Amino acid sequence: MQTYLVGSLAGSIPASPPALHIPDGFLNLAISLVFWAFTIMLLAIAVRRTNNELGERQIPLMGVMAAFIFAAQMINFPVAGGTSGHLLGGALAAITLGPWPAMLVMASVIGVQALLFQDGGLIVMGANIFNMGLLTALIGYGLYRGVLGRPRGVRLAVAGVAAWLSVMAGALATSLQLWLSGTTSLSIVMPAMLGVHTLIGVGEALITVAALTFIMQTRPDLLEAEARAARGGRGWVLGGLLAALMVVLLSPLASTNPDGLERVAGDLGFLDRGLGTPYQLIPDYSIPFLGQTPLSTILAGTIGALIVATLAFGVARMLRRRSAQPAAKAEHPVS
Amino acid sequence: MTMQAHTLDRYQAGVSLVHRLDPRVKVIVTILFIVSNVALPDGAWLAFLLAWWLLIASSWLAGLGYGYLLRRSFVALPFALAAITAIFTIPGQPLFAWMLGSWHLTITDAGLIRFVSIVVRSWLSVQMAILLTATTQFPDLMHALRHLRVPKLLVAIVSFMYRYLFVLIDEAARLLRAREARSARSTAGAGGGSIAWRARVAGNMAGQLFLRSYERSDRVYNAMLARGYAGQFLTINPHIMRRRDWAVLLLAGVVLLIVQLVGRLPLVAL
Repeated sequence: MQTYLVGSLAGSIPASPPALHIPDGFLNLAISLVFWAFTIMLLAIAVRRTNNELGERQIPLMGVMAAFIFAAQMINFPVAGGTSGHLLGGALAAITLGPWPAMLVMASVIGVQALLFQDGGLIVMGANIFNMGLLTALIGYGLYRGVLGRPRGVRLAVAGVAAWLSVMAGALATSLQLWLSGTTSLSIVMPAMLGVHTLIGVGEALITVAALTFIMQTRPDLLEAEARAARGGRGWVLGGLLAALMVVLLSPLASTNPDGLERVAGDLGFLDRGLGTPYQLIPDYSIPFLGQTPLSTILAGTIGALIVATLAFGVARMLRRRSAQPAAKAEHPVS
Repeated sequence: MTMQAHTLDRYQAGVSLVHRLDPRVKVIVTILFIVSNVALPDGAWLAFLLAWWLLIASSWLAGLGYGYLLRRSFVALPFALAAITAIFTIPGQPLFAWMLGSWHLTITDAGLIRFVSIVVRSWLSVQMAILLTATTQFPDLMHALRHLRVPKLLVAIVSFMYRYLFVLIDEAARLLRAREARSARSTAGAGGGSIAWRARVAGNMAGQLFLRSYERSDRVYNAMLARGYAGQFLTINPHIMRRRDWAVLLLAGVVLLIVQLVGRLPLVAL
């Protein structure tokens, strides 16, 4: 869709945006529902937080910012041989707007892309939002938040790394979802996805850093992340680091050990769909699969840790919010 | 320059039965249709065929030529490549086998069935989604989502986003055109400067767009305040479920149930 627009409006050669939008039919119902559950949970928290922090300004701000992300995805630059770098925007949105507004913004963008342009399916939208909106915001904000007090060069470098990692995380999550749905084999999809997105991630990193440099020079007061420096953000940094760690550990592990994972899957036979077998809503392989080999233990452990970390810091933030509110009310007496 | 981004609007105006249905019904039927497809087992060809007939019938009822759906459905095709590995890796009766270097590539019957089933499911689902947006105006779609318990804030953000999409896309197009005019071309190989420089130009454009958008949102907010905005949107467009809406919902439910049953009968699962 956006390639069509670029071609028709600017007369330049259409190029392909990051290919992370999963269409319907490529994930099974179980995975779709699981990721819808994650997404709904996190978006519900995001709605409440944004309500508290932005108040009535939130709708015009985030609506226009969502349109910005959508339009910004049209901005490209030539890399080599007819391909060009593009912006996904999750990390940039998180650094400039804050993590919760960024999640809502990215969810809106992905929703509109799916609804209007069929760029991504409807029942797999939960997974798409998780991959491209939630993970990217977590890594983008978490890592950047950790270096807030440092000199500008360090912050920009970390922002670039965070942007690259966020794209890789999206690719990793997409590969895992496709594999767990039995759509592809891990040994092929993961190296392919990660390989392609290594370059795309570099493009993302470059544009994100350049955009941030521009914003820092012209309107540094707009960087939401800086404005939050006074308040604690340890949960985010922890979450971001955890997610980044998962990406860094899992990618080479899975790419160099495809035989190991495939053997596990083959032994348990969950990729073997007999003909005429009635579809099972909750596949049996989930639980036994997560306990067989050391590799699956690592996988299970890190996925579990991420879930726990997300839930934990979410709860912690909500509790801290509630205890801080009486203080806030005392600071700003309603006249 | 006048707005050029009108190609974003996917609505095809009409007065058919489908156009006049309550948007909630259309959203629910679309989702049920997609879920039904995904729930069907691999190789349930008769069931897929029935689902396809349901699709064609709906498209006919909507007054849209089937060619319209077909043309726009090819957008999901590239992703089919991701599923193609299923042909080789799913264990089953081998059909063809050959050596590619040191790799043993075997196409199995189960793998082929799986691959085709995935592509068919995806293709059917995309077409139903296209039908939904072609027969439902965007504000009605948003209102339907609100009725279906999607949080107010999200719906409001998406509605706002849609409103300003055209404006900001034109803004981005202006930036791209300005870059073209200043010789930083985006065509293959002939661009000037290093990759870092080109990235910096693109990043500056993105940053520019960000600032313009942010400051515009400030102006929009102040304009809204000046017009009495207090954080809530009021709409005067209640959607009422008429008898024909319930009828369509019921009919769709029954048809999809039949599709599910057909898909699981051992006689017809080839």
